[in-house]
Amino acid sequence: MPASSNETKSKIATGPNAPGVPKTDPIIIADNVTRHFGGLMAVDVEHLEIQRGIITALIGPNGAGKTTLFNLLSGFDSPNSGKWSFDGTALAGIPSFKVSQMGQVRTFQLTKALSMLSVLENMKLGAKGQSGERLWSSILPWTWRKQDDEIEAKAMDLLARFKLDTKADDFAASLSGGQRKLLEMARALMSDPSLIMLDEPMAGVNPALTESLLEHIVDLKKHGMSVLFVEHDMQMVSHIADWVVVMAEGKVVAEGPPSAVMKDPAVIDAYLGSHQGTDLGVVTGRIDLPDLSKSKGSK
Amino acid sequence: MDFLGILSQTASWILRPETIAYALATMGLAVHFGYGGLLNFGQAGFMLIGGYGYAISILSLGWPWWAGILVGIGASIIFAFILGLPTLRLRADYLAIATIALAEALRLIVQSTMLDDVTNSADGLGGYHEGFRSANPFPPGTYGFGPWTYNEAELWIRVFGLILLGLAIWGVWALMRSPWGRVLRGIREDEDAVRALGKNVFAYKMQSLIIGGILGTLGGVVLVLPSAVVPQVYLPSLTFFLWTILLLGGAATIWGPVLGTVIFWIVYSFLGLFLPEMVNAGWIPGVTPSQMGVVRFILVGVALMLIVIFRPQGILGDKRELSFNARK
Ligand SMILES: Nc1ncnc2c1ncn2[C@@H]1O[C@H](COP(=O)(O)OP(=O)(O)OP(=O)(O)O)[C@@H](O)[C@H]1O
Ligand SMILES: [Mg+2]
Repeated sequence: MPASSNETKSKIATGPNAPGVPKTDPIIIADNVTRHFGGLMAVDVEHLEIQRGIITALIGPNGAGKTTLFNLLSGFDSPNSGKWSFDGTALAGIPSFKVSQMGQVRTFQLTKALSMLSVLENMKLGAKGQSGERLWSSILPWTWRKQDDEIEAKAMDLLARFKLDTKADDFAASLSGGQRKLLEMARALMSDPSLIMLDEPMAGVNPALTESLLEHIVDLKKHGMSVLFVEHDMQMVSHIADWVVVMAEGKVVAEGPPSAVMKDPAVIDAYLGSHQGTDLGVVTGRIDLPDLSKSKGSK
Repeated sequence: MDFLGILSQTASWILRPETIAYALATMGLAVHFGYGGLLNFGQAGFMLIGGYGYAISILSLGWPWWAGILVGIGASIIFAFILGLPTLRLRADYLAIATIALAEALRLIVQSTMLDDVTNSADGLGGYHEGFRSANPFPPGTYGFGPWTYNEAELWIRVFGLILLGLAIWGVWALMRSPWGRVLRGIREDEDAVRALGKNVFAYKMQSLIIGGILGTLGGVVLVLPSAVVPQVYLPSLTFFLWTILLLGGAATIWGPVLGTVIFWIVYSFLGLFLPEMVNAGWIPGVTPSQMGVVRFILVGVALMLIVIFRPQGILGDKRELSFNARK
């Protein structure tokens, strides 16, 4: 495993670790963004800044509004109020595909593999600025052939990284659930985004591969990409995140470096639970602690 | 029973203007549905625009025949915008409803006495052939052999139709193997995923609707080249025949529409000739020949069901698709 990258040299926040603390170099700024479904306030974020060039984790209980916030930030849903910007550009009213073209690319919690396209075609679709995607040049192959070959080479590189290269010519429909997650993430990387937003990228991915992909994500950061990801796996969060934002019931309830956030009583209460770090068997009572078994005695 | 006569007549359907017209219009549906996932249940409307656009430009405006084709194309682009602008941002079903409704509206309008001067209402249009025939490069004479024997006018219609069909096949092939086609097929699978990758999904769907519509329009032109424009042709059943052909041949294939059309017309015309003969020969008692005509439609319906159940990817579809039919 790579050395913990939590100790980022440069400063991230400009003040104490409180919800909405301003960042030194924010790539996303959201102000008073709200979204309600009927009477339910799914997202109610007063102020949130996401720092550029680091890995930010977004955590919180089921139904906290993480995915909804992703949808709002990426233009897939529009808020009932508020304003938000990406890289200095206000995003209100900008359609999702333009947001993506600006360099903010997201993946979905419920994977969206394009089933009846091959894995390689899925990947190539992710590349930006393809001249062959314009109607008129598309029927003139010599205008796009070279670019397409370059894109293919890049796609094969990434596929190898994600252990999918042997599947390149198979329909994406034939992939397993975890492989689809991987494909979606790899596909998003094809566009060299400046910010990649991953909604539970490692759900269902085996531990060995998770480890190598985490290295890859850390690598991406080194090359200047910002990463925002949702994840329930606290090990992964503390392992690679430089900063953690905690949501509960639509609000940002805490943020800070992972080590600090995990000790925050509010976070433990709302999300982690008091048995954090203890064996689940102990919590559910299936395994007796040694001292308890002595005092109770076994039947 | 004149079995040889039936076979020979049936064989002639392999190369008729109707066959070429249906193949063109079905290629249009392939661009819509097979590659783009767009549900167009109004392809008959695009064909109507082709036929009427062609005839009206010549008869009412006095324009040359080729300008009539261009008018049809222009009108079908406008029609595609009318269909697409309000519906393509919504769920797929809205386009389906809009297409079936507007195609019927078009037919009822040209059939009504409202525009009698121009459309000749229910009687349709004829007598617009002079320009096209005078452009015929073939000298008078008899061409071909057996069931495929034509005079120069019949030959010219077929050659012209085949040129259009050839261009359409090449065009669809060139589009679909390109990155543009990749985006379109991606949209068919999941448009949000394609949006997330920075593609303007609405624009691609609109382009697909226009291109497939133009192919329907060209089919409509070829359909009226031999004789007349008849409004009763453009019933919804025309669209559903095209859908049968599309699913038979393979929706997301280049040659599927052509193969499907040929098979469809062979079976359809054979049944049309053979079923009444069976009655006449006394093989099926208690049924009139015209009642057997209905049986033909029933058999087409049954065939469609069998295709969808047993070979949903069509004759030419990718076999691997079968294993993933349970998707969604
Ligand atoms: N389209 C919708 N219509 C109605 N309610 C919705 C809709 N989308 C989300 N919600 C509600 O908004 C709340 C936040 O949902 P969201 O999907 O953002 O949660 P989440 O934090 O991503 O949870 P999880 O960790 O389970 O993915 C939930 O209570 C959910 O029921
Ligand atoms: Mg979620």
